[in-house]
Amino acid sequence: MAKTTSSHDPQSPPPAGRRDFLTRMLAVACGGLATMTPVLAGLWMLLDPLRRRGAAAAFLPVTDLASLPDDGLPRQFPVLADRVDAWTGFAAEPIGAVYLRRQPGSETVEALSATCPHAGCFVEIDTQEKCFRCPCHNSRFGIDGSIMPPSPSPRGMDSLECQVGKQGVAVKWQNFYTGVAGKVARP
Amino acid sequence: MNPSQASRSDGRPNPGLLGQLADFFDDRTGYRALVREALYERVPGGARWRYVWGSTLVFAFMTQVITGLVLWSSYSAGAQTAWESVYYIQHEMTGGWLVRGIHHVMAQMMVVLLALHLMQVVIDGAYRAPREVNFWLGLVLMMLVLGMALTGYLLPWDQKGYWATRVATNLAGLVPLVGPSLQQLVVGGPDYGHHTLTRFFALHAGFLPATLVLMLVVHLSLFRKHGLHAKQPIRKPDAMFWPDQVLKDAVAMLAVMAVVLGVILMPALRAMLEGRPVDPGDLGAELGAPADPSQPYAAARPEWYFLFLFQFLKVFEGWGASGEFFGAIVVPGLLMGVMFLMPIVGRWNLGHRFNVAFTTALMAGIGLLTALALNEDYCSLWIDKAALADVRDLIETTGGDEAKIATALGNDPAKIATFARRRKRWDAYRHSRDFLAAAAQARVDAERAVELAGRPERIPPAGALELVRTDPASQGPRLFAQHCASCHAHVDPADPAAAGLLAKASAANLFEFGRGSWVRGLLDPEQVAGPAYFGNTAHKDGDMVSFVTGDLTDRETWKPDDIEAVIAALSAGAGLAEAGVTAAVIEKGRGLVADGERCGGCHRFGENETALGSAPDLVGWGSREWLIGIITDPTHERFYGDSNDRMPSFGKSAEGSLPILTPQQVGMLADWLRGEWYRPAGKRH
Repeated sequence: MAKTTSSHDPQSPPPAGRRDFLTRMLAVACGGLATMTPVLAGLWMLLDPLRRRGAAAAFLPVTDLASLPDDGLPRQFPVLADRVDAWTGFAAEPIGAVYLRRQPGSETVEALSATCPHAGCFVEIDTQEKCFRCPCHNSRFGIDGSIMPPSPSPRGMDSLECQVGKQGVAVKWQNFYTGVAGKVARP
Repeated sequence: MNPSQASRSDGRPNPGLLGQLADFFDDRTGYRALVREALYERVPGGARWRYVWGSTLVFAFMTQVITGLVLWSSYSAGAQTAWESVYYIQHEMTGGWLVRGIHHVMAQMMVVLLALHLMQVVIDGAYRAPREVNFWLGLVLMMLVLGMALTGYLLPWDQKGYWATRVATNLAGLVPLVGPSLQQLVVGGPDYGHHTLTRFFALHAGFLPATLVLMLVVHLSLFRKHGLHAKQPIRKPDAMFWPDQVLKDAVAMLAVMAVVLGVILMPALRAMLEGRPVDPGDLGAELGAPADPSQPYAAARPEWYFLFLFQFLKVFEGWGASGEFFGAIVVPGLLMGVMFLMPIVGRWNLGHRFNVAFTTALMAGIGLLTALALNEDYCSLWIDKAALADVRDLIETTGGDEAKIATALGNDPAKIATFARRRKRWDAYRHSRDFLAAAAQARVDAERAVELAGRPERIPPAGALELVRTDPASQGPRLFAQHCASCHAHVDPADPAAAGLLAKASAANLFEFGRGSWVRGLLDPEQVAGPAYFGNTAHKDGDMVSFVTGDLTDRETWKPDDIEAVIAALSAGAGLAEAGVTAAVIEKGRGLVADGERCGGCHRFGENETALGSAPDLVGWGSREWLIGIITDPTHERFYGDSNDRMPSFGKSAEGSLPILTPQQVGMLADWLRGEWYRPAGKRH
C-alpha cells in the first residue's frame, strides 16, 4: 500500500537551487502560449460584431398618398423592408414605424421616426392633447416633432427624408444615435 | 504608524508601490499563502513526465470552457436555428472556424488524455488507500466528460449528430421499466425537436460542466491532501511543483494545443502545398447537412471514441431488444463496476496485477473493436474487388439463392465452403462500398447546404432544411432515382459507364434534356432508335424514328444547316439555347419546325394549326412549364395521349388518392432536368 505522507509544506521555502530563472521563464512562456491560444481565438470571434454594418439608408415605400388624410395630424405607419438578421433573411418584414403628416390641401408629407431620441423607446401619439409622448421617461414633443419642455430628450423627434411620387409615399429609413443633442445617423 | 514609512518586520527593505498594493491585498486575502500552497507542493523523486496527464486534462477542460462560452455567445438552440447558427459561426464569423475547431478537436483530445491518465493511475497503483475516493471521483469525472461529448455531438443539429443521437437515446429507452420515460425525458418529449436541443444544451453547457467543476475541485483538493503518488523506485531527490513540474506540465499543455492546431490546420497546409485555395470554413469541425428525419442517412456513425460501443452492439445482433440492453447498458455497467472496485481489489498485490491486466485488456479490447468498426467501414479501399468478380456474378445470376449456388458449384462441399468464405468477403466489400458512398453523398449534401445558406437572400425563417428540401440540385437526383430511374437513364453519353446503364434503361436518356446536345442525338439516324432515345420503348418503330432515319437523311430536303437550325429553335424554345447561336438561325429553325411539310406535319409549333394528339406539342418544348406538364400527365393530348408508353401521370391524382408527386416535387424535377438551380458565383455544378 502506498505510504501516506504530508507531502507539502507551504511554509518551508523552496530549495534555492531549483528556482532556476530559465525554467521559470520557460514554464510561464509555454503555459502562457498554450492558454492564450483559445483566449485569443475566442476574442477574435467575440469581436466579429464590430465588422458588421447595417443596411444602407434607402427610400422605402410606406403607404399611398390617398391613405394619408390631409388634416395636419400625424398617422403611424409600419416600415417594411427585407431584413437580414445574422443567418436569417426576412422578406418584407416590419423593421420600425414612422409618423406621417400632411398639411391640409398639400401633397407634401413630413415624416418623423417613432423612435424616441432620448433612449430609443417607441413614441406614442396623444390625439387629445395633439402631441407626442414617450411612455418610458415622459419626453414630450409637439405635433411637428419639436421638443416640449420639460422633456428629458436632448433633441426633438428625428425627421426622415420623404418622397411622394407615383409609387406613393417613400421614407428614407435611418436609425440615429440616441441620448445626444446632435442627430447622427448610425452606420 | 504608517507601515510604508517603517522597516518591515521581516527585515526586508520597504516595498515599492506595487509591493504595497500586493501587501494590501495579501493582508486582506492571504493570497500569497494560497499561491505558495499551490506552487510549492513537494514532488517526491522530482518532476517527471508521467505526472503531466492530470494537468493537461485540467488545461483541456479550461480550453473547452473558454471556447465553449464563446461558442455559446453565438449558438442558438432550436430546430430551426441550431444548424443555422453553427453554419454562421463556422462560415461567416471571424475566427468562428478556429474556436469551433479547437472545441471539437480538444474534446477528442480529452478522451485520449483521460485514457492516458487512467492508465497511468492504474499502472502506478495510485488508486490505493488513501486515494480510493479520489479514484472514484476520477471515474465519475470521466463519465461526465463522455456525457459532455455525447450531448455536444447533437448540438449542430446536422444529419450526423441527429442520427447518432437518435440511436443513443433509443438505447436509453431499453432500460427496463423506466426506459421509455427516461428516453422521453432526455429527448424532451415524444419526438425530437426544440426541447431535445434545449435539454441537450442545458446538459452540455450547464449541468454536466457545473457538476464537473465541483467534482474537479474536490478531486484536486484530495490530490493535494494526499500528495502526489510517486512512482517507485524514487531515484532523484524531491523537487518542488514550481517550477520543475510546472515546466513539464506547461510543455505538455503546449504539445496538446499544438496537436489540436495541427489537426485543424493540416488540411489548409496540404491545400496550400497543392496550390489549392483554402476556405477557413472547411477547417476544424465538420458541419453536415441539416438534420432531416425524412432523409435516410446511411453514413450515421458515433464519434470515433464511441465506435467500440457501436461495434460491440453488433455482437448482440439477433438478440432483439434484450441483446442491445445487454450490450449497451449491462456490459458497460459491469465493466465500470469492476473499475470502481479496483481500489478494493488492489489492496492485494495480485489484485493490483489483476487491475493492470484488466485495464490493459479493456483498452486493447476497445482498440480492437474500434479497429474492427473502422475495418468494416473502410475495407473496400483495400479489398481486391476484381478478385471477387466471380462471386458477384454468381450471386447476381442465382439471385443469391444458396441451393442454386450449390448446384452451380457442382454440389462440391469444398467449393461451397470456399465460396461461403469469399461471399462473406464480398458482403464486407459491399457494406464498406455503400458506407463510403453514403459518406461521400453526405459530404456533397453538406457542401450544398452551406452553399444554399450563403445565398444573398440568406436562410428563410423556416430554416435551412426548407432550403435543402426545395433545392432542385439536392432533391432532383433523389426524386429521379426514386421515380424515374427504373425506366429512364440520366447519364452523360461520354461516361464510360453509359453503355451499361443505357442498355438497362427502357426509356430515353434524359441527360441534358432540352439542350442542343439532346436534340442533336434525337435527330441523329444512328441514335434515334438506340437505347438513349426510342430504342427500348414502344416508339421504336414509330413515325418519329422512321422520319429521322428516312426523311431527315434526304440531303436535298434537309441540309445539315437546316437540322442545326431545328436544334437551335427547339433548345431556344426550351430556354436553353447553346452559346453562339444567332437569332437568325433560331428564326430559320422555327420556320422549319412549324412547316407542315416537315415537323409541323405531326407537331404543333409556332403558327401552324396542327391538331394536338398526333405527336407531342413542340410549343415551349423542354421548357419548365412543358416538363411540368409531361411529368404531371403524359397521357394529356399535348404529350403522348393514348400512345403514352408506360409513363405514370406523376402529378395527376386519381379520385380519392394523392398524386405520386406534389406540384413542388414535379417542379424540382423539371428544374433539375433543365439544370436550373442556385449556383454560387465562381462555382459550377
